[in-house]
Amino acid sequence: MTPTRSRGHRVFQVINAVILTGVVIVTLYPFVNIIARSFSDERYILSGQVNLVPRGFNLTTYRIVISDPMFWTNYANTVVYTVVATAIAMTLTTCYAYVLSKKHLKGRTVLIWVAIFTMIFSGGLIPQYVLVNGLGLTNSIWAIVLPNAISVFNLLVMKTFFENLPSELEEAAAIDGLNTYGILARIVLPLSKAVIATMVLFYAVSFWNSWFTAFLYLNEAELFPVTIYLRNLIAGATGAESAGAITAEVSQAAANIQSVAITLTVLPILAVYPFVQRYFVSGVMLGAVKG
Amino acid sequence: MSTSKTLDQGPARAPRAGPRPGRRARPRSGGWRATLRRDWRLYSLAILPLLFFLIFRYGPMIGNVIAFRKFEPGGSLLGEEWVGLRYVRLFLGDPTFWNVFTNTLVLGALTLLFCWPLPIVLALLLNEVRSRRLKRFLQSVSYLPHFLSIVIVAGIVMQMLAIDGPINQIVKAFGGEPTAFLQKPEWFRTIFVSSEVWQTVGWGTILYLAALTTIDEQLYEAARMDGASRWRQIWHVTLPGIRPTAITLLILNLGTFMTTGFEKILLLYNPLTYPTADVITTYLYRMGVESSNLSYAAAIGLFEALIGVVLIVSANAISRRTVGAGLW
Repeated sequence: MTPTRSRGHRVFQVINAVILTGVVIVTLYPFVNIIARSFSDERYILSGQVNLVPRGFNLTTYRIVISDPMFWTNYANTVVYTVVATAIAMTLTTCYAYVLSKKHLKGRTVLIWVAIFTMIFSGGLIPQYVLVNGLGLTNSIWAIVLPNAISVFNLLVMKTFFENLPSELEEAAAIDGLNTYGILARIVLPLSKAVIATMVLFYAVSFWNSWFTAFLYLNEAELFPVTIYLRNLIAGATGAESAGAITAEVSQAAANIQSVAITLTVLPILAVYPFVQRYFVSGVMLGAVKG
Repeated sequence: MSTSKTLDQGPARAPRAGPRPGRRARPRSGGWRATLRRDWRLYSLAILPLLFFLIFRYGPMIGNVIAFRKFEPGGSLLGEEWVGLRYVRLFLGDPTFWNVFTNTLVLGALTLLFCWPLPIVLALLLNEVRSRRLKRFLQSVSYLPHFLSIVIVAGIVMQMLAIDGPINQIVKAFGGEPTAFLQKPEWFRTIFVSSEVWQTVGWGTILYLAALTTIDEQLYEAARMDGASRWRQIWHVTLPGIRPTAITLLILNLGTFMTTGFEKILLLYNPLTYPTADVITTYLYRMGVESSNLSYAAAIGLFEALIGVVLIVSANAISRRTVGAGLW
């Protein structure tokens, strides 16, 4: 490497710094702005004066949202759905990935293609909707949990991880008389803590964030996850449900409540994000090994 | 390996399998019975996952027959009677269908046009950052939007575009009139693609950044020896180095081309913006779920899925032929 960098290179570094600063601002600005709005007085919001800091600081809207029992019911639903769905998804995914990782197993190729084919071709929204309704799962947690119990991407990530574990340990355990279940529970899983943590996070985030399944299959407000609570606030504001557009004034009244609800749902994610981010990155890498 | 005692050798098994002892031994290790005896515990672990796939993935595939059968809500899951191509003919003659079909192609193409190359550009820029701590900070910030629910992203889009929101503040600062962007069909495509870029570009850099670290430093040195400028180094060393990653992601993007961002559209559109915002999936959602024309919607959905399969299979074939590698 040449010790003195050319002028062209320095110009490039400056331009790069400007662009990347722009990226950071564009990414973070919406968060800052919405948090600022959520603490602001309605008058300042309506006149378009709220930018990076709250104007006319007050907690009235927070009090309105926090005192709405439905908000907390739905928040609790999100937690329950996420925990149950993640537990079931992890069980099924781990079992199947372990089976698929056994190269000597007869019919393994077929079992793998059973999964991969569903990545290429999906049955589609309507037949799925008909099926879940037909099975009588509507208005129950199972409509949320079961139709999305295995993500093929996560399955392949785990399969690759299991394939790369040293086989000697499992063989030794088999000689010691452990059967397949024992080997999986006592040898393989303890060795796979890293991938399990990653997969749990992948599933948990996707269930925490999901709204459309709930939107399709749940009709009772007490069952909604918090994403639907938020969605209904938003839908009121765009008139997505009503026949025509609604006046600007009506949508404005809801604007403040929206910022508060967005802030309250985003906060848990922002709080854990710095600590778990690297697991996601490593999970994507594991998946990329297989391609 | 499981060379346990139960593993029968071919020749020992052959006499029992057939009456003639001279028959050629089967090449596979033991028959199904021996396999089951040895591996039944493994197979038992596959039962529940297979049930999931059969019911919730293959079930709906079979359920697509309602596209060719009359379906009555509350009746049989597979419809009542064959009607042939009636629903296909119906939607082919439906002007709304062709409108949503065009919108799907336009939004899909625009999304691909921006969301596929921009992560490459951002990854190249991030790769030039010398300070490791700064680089890590930049990565953390740019990954963040990926973790938000689509509902939250839609909420953020609405807040940004509100009459009193930041975008309209800028418009006013330049002397313009505040606009209700989300109620203007001519703005929908811009809004949708921008929000997709905002949410996906940062996360999209991960694989490229990993690929960039695997490029041999000696290649750059050799290029510099030959007097290659920075741009030529990028063109001749960096880009070929990340080409496999780029192609893989292109195929994956094509696979979701037809259903791009449908959940977000469902949250952001309204009857005023249908002319540009309504896509196949939102249309069949309204037809099927809201209006209960399930057979009609299933026929449209099947058509959409077929296009999707053709896209991903041909993308894979093209990439196999041109760069020698595909997804399968």
